[in-house]
Amino acid sequence: MSQITAPPTTVLRRPVTAPMRLGAFVNDATVRSVFYQAVTFVCVVGLIWYLVSNTITNMAQRGMSAGFDFLDVSAGFNIAFTLIPYREGDSYLRVFQVGIANTLLVAVIGVIFASILGLVVGLARLSTNWLIRTLARWYIEILRNTPLLLQIIAWYFGVFNLLPLPRASIDLGGIMYLNNRGAYFPSPVPEDGFGLVLLALLAAVVGAVLLHIWARRRLRDTGRAFPSGLAGAALIILLPLLVFQASGAPLAWDWPVLRGFNFRGGFSVPPAFCALIVALSIYTSCFIAEIVRAGIQSVGHGQTEAARALGVKPSRTMRFIILPQAMRVIIPPLISQYLNLTKNSSLAIAIGFPDLVSVWMNTSLNQSGRAIPIVAMTMGFYCAVSLGVSFVLNLYNRRILLRER
Amino acid sequence: MRIGVSLLVAAATILGVAGTASAQQTLQQVRDRGSLNCQVGLPTPGFYALAANGTWSGMDVDMCRGVAAAIFNDPSKVQYQSVTSAVRFTSLANGESDMLSRTTTWTAVRDGQLGLEFAGVNFYDGQGFVVPRASNITSARELDGATICVLTGTTTELNLADYFRANNMRFTAVTNENVNVLVETYLGGGCDAYTNDKSGLAARRSAFPTPNDHMILPETISKEPLGPVVRHGDNNWGDIVRWVLFGMIEAEEMGVTSANVTEMLRSPNPGIKRLLGVEGNVGQGMGLPNDFMVRVLRHVGNYGEIYERNVGANTPIGIPRERSLNALWTNGGILYAMPFR
Repeated sequence: MSQITAPPTTVLRRPVTAPMRLGAFVNDATVRSVFYQAVTFVCVVGLIWYLVSNTITNMAQRGMSAGFDFLDVSAGFNIAFTLIPYREGDSYLRVFQVGIANTLLVAVIGVIFASILGLVVGLARLSTNWLIRTLARWYIEILRNTPLLLQIIAWYFGVFNLLPLPRASIDLGGIMYLNNRGAYFPSPVPEDGFGLVLLALLAAVVGAVLLHIWARRRLRDTGRAFPSGLAGAALIILLPLLVFQASGAPLAWDWPVLRGFNFRGGFSVPPAFCALIVALSIYTSCFIAEIVRAGIQSVGHGQTEAARALGVKPSRTMRFIILPQAMRVIIPPLISQYLNLTKNSSLAIAIGFPDLVSVWMNTSLNQSGRAIPIVAMTMGFYCAVSLGVSFVLNLYNRRILLRER
Repeated sequence: MRIGVSLLVAAATILGVAGTASAQQTLQQVRDRGSLNCQVGLPTPGFYALAANGTWSGMDVDMCRGVAAAIFNDPSKVQYQSVTSAVRFTSLANGESDMLSRTTTWTAVRDGQLGLEFAGVNFYDGQGFVVPRASNITSARELDGATICVLTGTTTELNLADYFRANNMRFTAVTNENVNVLVETYLGGGCDAYTNDKSGLAARRSAFPTPNDHMILPETISKEPLGPVVRHGDNNWGDIVRWVLFGMIEAEEMGVTSANVTEMLRSPNPGIKRLLGVEGNVGQGMGLPNDFMVRVLRHVGNYGEIYERNVGANTPIGIPRERSLNALWTNGGILYAMPFR
């Protein structure tokens, strides 16, 4: 019996080493996926290679110079506002750096103002006071529903360009002057010994951080709180001030003085800069306000009631219970708003503020005629900044994510 | 699905790139298309002005019309492309425009590095400043510390920086790529002076609400030879534009105008005979009929007619021609056409 039944079983058990049919490859999901990925990779690389070689051939055919050799050539034009030193004889590479510095300055200041304004308006939107709530709502609805470019131009022509001429400047307490050529501030000129003050400031900041860490550990171990924020702030302000006085106040001020056509000396920003910062901050603050409102509303009201029932003070309820949970909702859209503001700063070109797009992709491109390297460098910069900012904020976001246990 | 989309995108991009034409045979392309793509700037009185009914006129527009008349015997066969100065050379280089005629300064870098060919000079200009009369400024040397409005991406911007550096003076620039924004800023008091080529200043000033409250300072701080531009690589096309321009200047020197061109066909003067194609074969080598200048003169006129009609003393712009660089070489200027033979 067993001898008769044995052969069929051996036939059914096919040896593993037997050659596979072609159909098996087609039906195997892994093989298929590797195949398609390889095809896509070859297509993408081929496309990039084609575009690059096609561009180089076409440019050579038309006698246009490509390459980055123009970066050493002196640019020869004036830039109205530079954060880092620049003279007309400097190279195109320097112009690129000047543009980057100006763009980053606008982005950083814009982000700070937009965040503060956005937080205030967002909280006002949730106010129990009808007037405040309604004003905040109209502020948001009107400003975020009109194009940013129009707002920038409106601030430039409608406000900063209509300020009085230099001879009739608005005098703000004899310290700051405002006219249609810009805003003028005194600038500090450090003298011998000012390094000590900076050292003291550094020491105070380190001290404040250490104090904060110690206070948190004490709170965790003993449950007793210590006002480390207040103490730290006092340290940061008082210690450098003390050293400043002790070393004989080693700081002079360069005051702006009206001479000839305009103020000279001190530090000044052009009206285009003011218009750009105001427009960008206000426009972005509307979106941030809505993000803040949504974040706070996403935390259930039961949490507030529970905290109140336990006798937690309202300020602490906000700080330790509502905000940490709201931040999880707030951070991801906030990242994109910060990136939007940075990229929107390129609209500066409309009012002639010398940001990267204006001095590099417009003026330098025109003067040197090297469109392809210049556009590539500009895109590379914006891409790097956006990826950098989103990387840092994503790290923070991951830290505060809900840890499910 | 994803692969399908990316392949589609790849194919579209390749086709798009492959579509850019070669530099040769511009004349054939223009004939096949039936019209000339001529690039001008944002409307500017006198040089490329746009009327309310949508027709273009001006010194540089007449250059486009002249070339179209030479090819088609019809000056209206022109598609005008009005673009900002920032993209003018790119637009020419990638084949969107056949030629550029828009107060563009001939410089070594543009000629040598941007793949451009300057066909000649149709207006000799120089850079100056306009200031409000109320400022009591009478010389550019008094502008130390001033705020000055200037177009970006122009030779004007470089000359301005050079002039102030050379004279050890300081200035603050207010820059923009849009001339209308700059003029608005200047009129609003946002800058002490506005700088541009003097012809451009005269043209703009004529359009100010109160032209007489502003004056152009006497200094000329640069040489600005303005002329039509074509792409590198098609020498024949460059020849056509160049000889249409020379023909207009030569016709003025010989006294041939749009009014008398038909009678002049019977002129015994051999120079006129060659210019009008009665004798010789000047047009043949360029792929044009030998009488191409008859077409240009009949429809557009000679250089003197073009000048007086657009920017001459009897126009609102009023740039006097006598004793200026733009007078004929026989009248003390430097306009000089190469011989038609």
